[in-house]
Amino acid sequence: MPEPILEALNLTRHFKIGGSLFAKPKVLRAVEDVSLSVRQGETLAIVGESGCGKSTLARMLMRLIEPTSGQMTFEGRQIDRAKGRALTELRRDMQFIFQDPFSSLNPRMTVGRLVGEPLETHAPEMSAKDRRAKVSELLAQVGLRPEHADRYPHEFSGGQRQRIGIARALASGPKLIIGDEPVSALDVSVQAQVINLLADLRDALGLTLVVIAHDLAVIRHMSDRVAVMYLGSVVEEGPTDEIFASPRHPYTRALLSAIPVAEHGRARHQIALTGEMPSPLDPPSGCRFHTRCPFAREACRADVPALRVTDTAPGHRAACHFFEEIAAEAPLPRATEGSGRTAAAQARFAMYADALAGGTLRPRETA
Amino acid sequence: MVTPSTTSAPLLDVRALSLGFGASQTDLLKGLRYSVAPGETLCIVGESGCGKSVSSLAIMGLLPKGAATITEADIQFRGAPYDLSDTAALRRHRGADIAMIFQEPMTSLNPAFRVGDQIAEAVRAHRPVSEAQARDRAVEMLGRVGIPAPEARMSEYPHQLSGGMRQRVMIAMALANDPALLIADEPTTALDVTIQSQILDLIRDLQAETGMGTIMITHDLGVVAEIADKVAVMYAGTIVESGPAEAIFNDPQHPYTIGLMSSMPRLTGPRERLATVPGTVPTIETMPKGCRFSTRCPFAQPLCAEEPPSRDFGGGHHALCHFAPLNDWLEPG
Repeated sequence: MPEPILEALNLTRHFKIGGSLFAKPKVLRAVEDVSLSVRQGETLAIVGESGCGKSTLARMLMRLIEPTSGQMTFEGRQIDRAKGRALTELRRDMQFIFQDPFSSLNPRMTVGRLVGEPLETHAPEMSAKDRRAKVSELLAQVGLRPEHADRYPHEFSGGQRQRIGIARALASGPKLIIGDEPVSALDVSVQAQVINLLADLRDALGLTLVVIAHDLAVIRHMSDRVAVMYLGSVVEEGPTDEIFASPRHPYTRALLSAIPVAEHGRARHQIALTGEMPSPLDPPSGCRFHTRCPFAREACRADVPALRVTDTAPGHRAACHFFEEIAAEAPLPRATEGSGRTAAAQARFAMYADALAGGTLRPRETA
Repeated sequence: MVTPSTTSAPLLDVRALSLGFGASQTDLLKGLRYSVAPGETLCIVGESGCGKSVSSLAIMGLLPKGAATITEADIQFRGAPYDLSDTAALRRHRGADIAMIFQEPMTSLNPAFRVGDQIAEAVRAHRPVSEAQARDRAVEMLGRVGIPAPEARMSEYPHQLSGGMRQRVMIAMALANDPALLIADEPTTALDVTIQSQILDLIRDLQAETGMGTIMITHDLGVVAEIADKVAVMYAGTIVESGPAEAIFNDPQHPYTIGLMSSMPRLTGPRERLATVPGTVPTIETMPKGCRFSTRCPFAQPLCAEEPPSRDFGGGHHALCHFAPLNDWLEPG
């Protein structure tokens, strides 16, 4: 098994909200006691709904905000209090791709300067000429053309801007890239292009990726391992195929059952969750999911469940007191299969894939 | 397969709708044709900039002035001509028998007014009722969209509600006057998946209860599969393929529909490299002649520079392509 490159131990982040001379500030518990380990060369996905703390966690891992408590190591070096030079070096090795390619690029800088800027910081010895050559190389790597360096972000589409963001992240030669919803602002057809690009770059450059996302189909496609978060805590983690085939935590099961699938006649058997996520200002006692869990019992109100190893695969863990019983008593509802594509349609999908891969087609003589 | 609803008289029948833009009057929307019957759900699906929202804004009479001009409009609503130039008539329809909900409920609700008052105002705008009656109706509607303790919620402001609750308030407001047609523009896009499924279920239940026709605008084929009876796939201002949902999902004909479906990461089956739709959508200045998808279509042939014919596959299934069905026209070369 590859070595861990980034590890987090009991990471916690609280924010103080409000408060005055006479009133104690409230404490927003954004991330509570999260431990994670990212292995060299893998793609780890962190998934959860809005407000689950996934973006706060990503920003802590990136050291954009400081943890309230807990430790982090990158390649064995402790980084949770890194400052100055150590932090600059960390930034070279660890880069970030943001969700919104519209607001994360300075509109007054050319693409060449945007992509070249990290080089000025991390390779100050590089000559202007070499830097320009390197920028061209980076642009080519993400599927843009060298002449794009003289243009401004507003001249590009959303997908192209995300490519610029990726080129900028690659400039310092990082070992690990953290993407916060890197494809969720993009249209489906463009999203597929960027997903493929990230996979190609990971393989070509030996990168490790941490992807924060809410779209489970995207996550299934991109990741090797998944960590599912709910209200600041990781409730389940494990190999991607295992999480999707045999989810153990009731929240993961409900989340997976709620996704609409693009197949005709496929009936969803949804595990309904009542209500909405409670406020992280006043999280429930015990298991934080117990207020919405269809299987909640007395013990769930009292005791916080720890992540425990499941029976399905090594490295698959779930934080639920009763997941064994639930899996035995309430097997996962399977969606009724859709009616499926016609044979002729399947042939057209194959023709489409062939034509994309460079196969040529010509009109039939008879037509 | 023709579902019974497609054979009943359409509620809204758009026989032709085109919008021109700029000095050249390039077609922003080109010859749109669709219909929706009572109790039926039509999904208009497409990516950003394809014109799916603009077409419904045009029908609601909500196009910003000077942005685009209607160059062709032949529309019937409840069997009578529906005149897009009659602004007074459009105002009477809007919020009464045709209602609309939008993607981001926070920007559609007035942050300075209590939600109860906003719903009551929508009722009073179209009905000769007292304030007390309008208020009662508002409470009733909040209850119907599944908001707990509706009386108490009446006096809350939009910022006090979660995203899912706000969208429920929007739906309550839209349905307060029993519209015959609901146009929902990406109503669940801003919501989490567990909340999204609650809202889709709610729309479906209310539709079964009231028999209203629904036009749902979305980019999410999962949502389409879930609720559509009929589907219109839009690309660059044209409907490239339309038909019953079953035909669109199981027997898609247009290369764009096939490309869009191939681009989607799947929840089941092998995790293979995704097929894509290469390139980007043309802008109004760079719109190709003939088939608008030809610049990105892996099957494009010289003939595609000419206007594509609408091919009929029976049962109301049409595709705008010279080479549909592809199997009959093209062979490896």
